[in-house]
Amino acid sequence: MTTPVLSVRNLTVEIPTRAGLLKPVDGVSYDIAAGEILGVVGESGAGKSMTGNAVIGLLDRPARIASGEIHVNGRRIDGLSRKDLRKIRGKEIGMIFQDPLTSLNPLLTIGDQLTETIQEHLKVSDGEAKLRAIRALDEVGIPAAKDRIDAYPHQFSGGMRQRVVIALALCAEPSLVIADEPTTALDVSVQAQITALLKRLCRERGMAVMLVTHDMGVIAETADRVAVMYAGRLAELGPVREVITRPMHPYTEGLMRATPDASEGATRLRQIPGAMPRLGRLPTGCAFHPRCPKVQDKCRQDPPPTRDATGGRAACWFPLTEEAVPA
Amino acid sequence: MPHAENAPSLVSIRHLTRIFDVSKPWLNRVVERLPKRKLTAVSDVSFEVPERTTYALVGESGSGKSTIGKMVVGLLPPSDGEVEIEGINLDTETDPDKIEQVRSDIQMIFQDPYASLNPRWRVRDIITEPVRIKGGDTNGLAEKLLEQVGLSAEDAIKYPHEFSGGQRQRICVARALASDPKLIVADEPTSALDVSVQAQVLNLMSDLKDEFGLTYILISHDLTVVRHMADRIGVLYLGRLVEEAAPDALFTDPKHPYTKMLIEAAPRMDGFGREITPPEGEIPDPISPPSGCAYHPRCPIAIDRCSKERPKLEWKGESRVACFLAEA
Repeated sequence: MTTPVLSVRNLTVEIPTRAGLLKPVDGVSYDIAAGEILGVVGESGAGKSMTGNAVIGLLDRPARIASGEIHVNGRRIDGLSRKDLRKIRGKEIGMIFQDPLTSLNPLLTIGDQLTETIQEHLKVSDGEAKLRAIRALDEVGIPAAKDRIDAYPHQFSGGMRQRVVIALALCAEPSLVIADEPTTALDVSVQAQITALLKRLCRERGMAVMLVTHDMGVIAETADRVAVMYAGRLAELGPVREVITRPMHPYTEGLMRATPDASEGATRLRQIPGAMPRLGRLPTGCAFHPRCPKVQDKCRQDPPPTRDATGGRAACWFPLTEEAVPA
Repeated sequence: MPHAENAPSLVSIRHLTRIFDVSKPWLNRVVERLPKRKLTAVSDVSFEVPERTTYALVGESGSGKSTIGKMVVGLLPPSDGEVEIEGINLDTETDPDKIEQVRSDIQMIFQDPYASLNPRWRVRDIITEPVRIKGGDTNGLAEKLLEQVGLSAEDAIKYPHEFSGGQRQRICVARALASDPKLIVADEPTSALDVSVQAQVLNLMSDLKDEFGLTYILISHDLTVVRHMADRIGVLYLGRLVEEAAPDALFTDPKHPYTKMLIEAAPRMDGFGREITPPEGEIPDPISPPSGCAYHPRCPIAIDRCSKERPKLEWKGESRVACFLAEA
C-alpha cells in the first residue's frame, strides 16, 4: 500500500482555560491519499477548522496539540520547530482560507505575492518566478494573466480573488492542500466555478485535498470521502456516496435532513432539536445524546468507542444501518 | 394582470427604483475632472404581496434584494416609484395617525443576530421596546412571546450574550412579533446560522405565520431555503426582477436562463461527482451595467436583440419573465 499524503493519528488539541481544559479536537484520525478529496463537514464549533489549522501548524496560542501524530508524505511534522514548519507550509502543504480579501496583502500586487511565495520555496531566478506566477494564474482561469499580474487585490472581484488565493496556495506545487470553507463567502454561480476548479486541479496534479465546509451539498459534489465532525470528534467517516445515501450516525442523518434541498418541494424541514454543546459543558457519554432521536441509556453513560478502536465507519453505539461487509 | 388574487394585497410595490450617488467627494471631482457616478441598485421593480403569504426575493450579491427590503420598511426612501402598504404610501401620506398605524404593522428581522440585539439590555427590554415606545401594556408580554418562539419565560431577565446564535434569532423573532405586526420583512434571517439551527428558525417562522396571520417578505441568496417557505418567488438580477413564479413552477420549469443557471449551480446532495459546466462570468459592475438585458454577456442562449433592447417583465402562463426567448 502506498503511503497516504496526509496521515493524522489520534490528534487531540487542547486549550487550557480558567474553566478547565477544553478539547476542540479529540482523538481524530484520518488519511488522505494522493488525488483524493476528503470533505470535513460539521457545524460551527465542531472542530473542523481547528483540525486543519493543527495540521498546518497554525494553532493560535494557547491552543496546542496535546497528543497524536501528523505525518505528511511519511514524515512526522507535529512538534517541528517554527522554522522547519515554515519550510513545509506552502511547499508541501498549501492553504486556502475562507475570505479571499483578508488572505491577500492589499499593498502588494498579486505578482509580487506570487513570486515571493515561489522564490521562498524554489530556487529560481526573478524572470523564471514571474513566468511561473503567470502560469499559475493562467491555470486557475484568470483571463489575460500576463496583464493582470501587476494588479492589486482590490482590482479583482471576489471570485477572481479566490482564484488568486488558490494560485498562491498551489504555486509551490504542494502535495497537500487544506481548503477551509473556500466558497462560503461567494455567490452560488462563483461557488460552482471554484469547486469545479479545485476538482480539476486535484485530478490533474494528483494533490491530496482536505476540504473543510459546512455545506453537505458541496461535499456531495466534490469530495471522494467525507468526515463528519461533532463536538471535536469524528462522528462518521466513509466514502461520500455511502455516507450520504446510508448514514450510520444519527447526527449525519439529521444534518442531511435539515439541509434544504432543491430537489424536493415545499415540505417542512426536519430539524435537529437543541444546539451544539459548548466545549466547557460537554454532556457525558456520547456528546450528541441530548439531541439524538435514538438515544438509549448506554449513550448517556459511556462515550462510544472511536472509529480507530472499532475500525467501523461511525462512532455510535447504535448505528442506523449495518455496515456493508467489505468485499 | 391575469392573476388578481382573491386576497387583497398587503404590499404593492410599483416601479420601485433606488439610485445611490457613489461619486468621489466634490473636491476630487473638481480637481480630477471626474463626472458624478450613479449606482442603480434597484430599477423598476413591481410586485404584489397578498395578505398571509410569503414573498421571497432571491438574488446574488449586488442584486438589490436588501435595498428593496429597506425601502419596504421605510429605512431608505425610494428614488422613484412607490411602496404601498395597506393602501397607504408612507412617502406621500400626510395623516400622522395613518402613518403611525401602518408603521407599527411592519417589523424587520435582520441577518446577524449578534449585531441586532443591544448587548447591554435584558431580553425583556429588547422584546418589549416596540410596544413600550408607543405606551402599550408590556406586562408579561416578553414572557409570553419567549414561550411562543420556543424559549422559556425565565430567559426574560438574561442578556443576549447568554444565548447561542439560533436562540438570539428567536429573540429577534419575538421582538418582531411584540407589536402585533401584519408584515415582517426578514433579510437573510438564517444565513448566519448552522443548518440544523436554520431549520429550527425557518420552521418556527412558518408556524408563527399561520398562528398570527403574518405576511412575510423573505430576502435570501439561497434558492433552496426559499423553496421551503415561499408562496411566490421573485428572482433579481442587477436590480431588476427577471422572473417571478410560484416555487414549484420556478424549480421544475425555470423560464429565465439566469434562474436556470442558479438552480443548476446550487450544490445538490444527490449530485455525487456531478460534472457541471460552471456558469460563465460574474455579476457585472452595477455602475456601468451591460446594455440591453443585463444578463446577456453571461447568457448561453443570447441573441443579437438581447444586447440592444431590454426585455420587459411579462406574463408567460403563471409566471412573469423578462426574456425575449422565454416560452409560456
